[in-house]
Amino acid sequence: MNKLKKLTKQTLFLPIFCMLLVMLVNVIYDAACGNFAFSFFSISLRNGVLYGRLIDVLNRGSEVAILAVGMTLVVSSSAGTDISVGSVMSLSAAMCCMLLAGFGVSSANELQVPLVVGLLAGIFLGCVCGAFNGFLVAYLDIQPMVATLILFSAARAVGLLLCNNLIVYIRDKSFKVLGGYLGFIPTPIIIAAVCVAVTTILLKKTALGLYIQSVGINKKASRIAGLNSRKIILLCYIICGLCAGIAGIVNASRISSADTNNIGLNYELDAILAVALGGNSLGGGKFNLAGSIIGAYTIQAITTTLYAIGVSSDQAPVYKAVIVIIIVAVQAPPFKQYMSKRAAKRALARG
Amino acid sequence: MKKKSMNSNTVLLLITIALFVVMYAAGCVVYGDKGFTHLQTFLNILINNSGLLCVACGMTCVMLTGGIDISVGSLIALDCMILAVGMEHKGMNAAVLCILVLLMGIVFGAVQGFFIGYLDIQPFIVTMAGMFFARGMTAVICSDQVSIRSNELFVKLANMKFQIPFEIGAYLNKKGKLQIPFVRIPVIIALVVLVVIFLVLRYTKFGRSLYAVGGSEQSAAMMGLDVKKTKLKAYILSSFLCSIGGICFCMNTMSASVAHATGLEMDAIASAVIGGTLLTGGVGNVVGSFFGVMITGTISTLVKTNGKLLSSWSNIAVAALLCFFIVLQSIFAMVKSRKK
Repeated sequence: MNKLKKLTKQTLFLPIFCMLLVMLVNVIYDAACGNFAFSFFSISLRNGVLYGRLIDVLNRGSEVAILAVGMTLVVSSSAGTDISVGSVMSLSAAMCCMLLAGFGVSSANELQVPLVVGLLAGIFLGCVCGAFNGFLVAYLDIQPMVATLILFSAARAVGLLLCNNLIVYIRDKSFKVLGGYLGFIPTPIIIAAVCVAVTTILLKKTALGLYIQSVGINKKASRIAGLNSRKIILLCYIICGLCAGIAGIVNASRISSADTNNIGLNYELDAILAVALGGNSLGGGKFNLAGSIIGAYTIQAITTTLYAIGVSSDQAPVYKAVIVIIIVAVQAPPFKQYMSKRAAKRALARG
Repeated sequence: MKKKSMNSNTVLLLITIALFVVMYAAGCVVYGDKGFTHLQTFLNILINNSGLLCVACGMTCVMLTGGIDISVGSLIALDCMILAVGMEHKGMNAAVLCILVLLMGIVFGAVQGFFIGYLDIQPFIVTMAGMFFARGMTAVICSDQVSIRSNELFVKLANMKFQIPFEIGAYLNKKGKLQIPFVRIPVIIALVVLVVIFLVLRYTKFGRSLYAVGGSEQSAAMMGLDVKKTKLKAYILSSFLCSIGGICFCMNTMSASVAHATGLEMDAIASAVIGGTLLTGGVGNVVGSFFGVMITGTISTLVKTNGKLLSSWSNIAVAALLCFFIVLQSIFAMVKSRKK
């Protein structure tokens, strides 16, 4: 009993437990359908690239993992979530593809500007959006979710303007690499790994991680202790915008087009769910980046499993919404109090 | 001297009303030849936004408690889908379906309110989950577009016209036929909702407790108010009004699809904020929200009347206005705290 309690108190218990649960569901489902029970885990080399459901989860989950990095910092520092990430993704993708194809062109076989310019412009625009959100939250003291609500609806609309209401196709091979394959490994996996590694080094090797947590736990106390709380919150939002920009471009490259209406749709839910599933409190303060990353891939595994079972992409949010509510409810202080009271009562009854 | 000094909230409301008048006048001047000056154009704004008006009233009540409800757009989509599928595919009675939809709104609000009030979870997280849940459920019920044609009662109600008495604002159209301005049933429903909520907020115990909870939860609890119950009631009210709005919306569009009313939560929040409801709670009025709705409605009508602009311009304009008013609110709040 004691050992079990120790296990559940581990920081990574929740995300890993959920991940194992999803895998178990997959195994049972495969076995019930008469397939090879462990087909979820089988990885093979087909056409010179890695192939398998696990690889698919890692590949498709990259965007959510990248978003989860930024979202974790935002949640930790400002006790609020950035719900504009999905729209910012589509805006960055639109900006990038618009530059590469030229304004008003719906299909380009050749790049109009060097690839790097387009990518950097898209990512820079993501940063600008993040800075806008961060300014509203940090310097004007607006509730994070209301502040990001502005870009939640406006960013996608601006993206549509940039693309002139068209879906912009880029039929250039160099653009496809980002969402395609590098050697035999899918590139998004590498990009996500680099993002996570850079952030981890930044947080571990400098005091930034500590500062962010301290601002999240108590903004006023941190300011009195000599931290520039506002600047740190602003920085978190800029990083979140940067992540959204990268994720948007990866997503655009994956489908080699800027489909502004659909890129990043419902991704904000996935990113927030990843953070919650990672065992992070949505009330700010201490955070655990590894948990969020595992959470992000768990979300993708859930999505893939839902699709495999035959749930359409329109219907999937129902299940995710239920999961997010359950996780948040279990973490809520009143629920914990109730449970501990019950445990105490039971202990009393037992004598 | 008994002169009341103008506080910042009145200033915000006055700015809103002035903005509406200026915007509408500008529309009349620029698009006068396209019929913007007719009374019917004004009434059309009311007709098209009657659903939004109901939703904005509910949103104002929730925002008074310091919360927010972003599930409204999806809930409207769900309402429309239930109405449409019930009438077209199942052949059910329109009145029964309307009652069903209203009941569903109450249950939906009660669940959200329970999580927010009793489990103390941030309103945004709960209602965001509600937003995705409702949108997903819409797809579960039916993923195609459904139009309502066969239900006689509903079609009759939706097409019913109430002409303005004494032919005020009547004009001759190009064929020389006299056009008398009219409103439809949703407008009447929405205006009744507006008046009722105005009275509730001003004169009932429940209405005043909403303000008290939003002003300061702790003080409200110390005065003996049941803060949790008040929040629960606020969210039930919001979802209930949203369902009424959903019926109005359905009467206007006579169809349902998964993508129905996307971004309506944004319009509703913008309307309430533009109307002077503070995001921090405790201050606000449905009269302001009414003008907020009219402003957002005027913006989209202006964009439509122009005809050359992409429809995303109206989204951007509303978002920019929301941004402007939020910043204005926060500046007022800062000035106030500095005075202290």
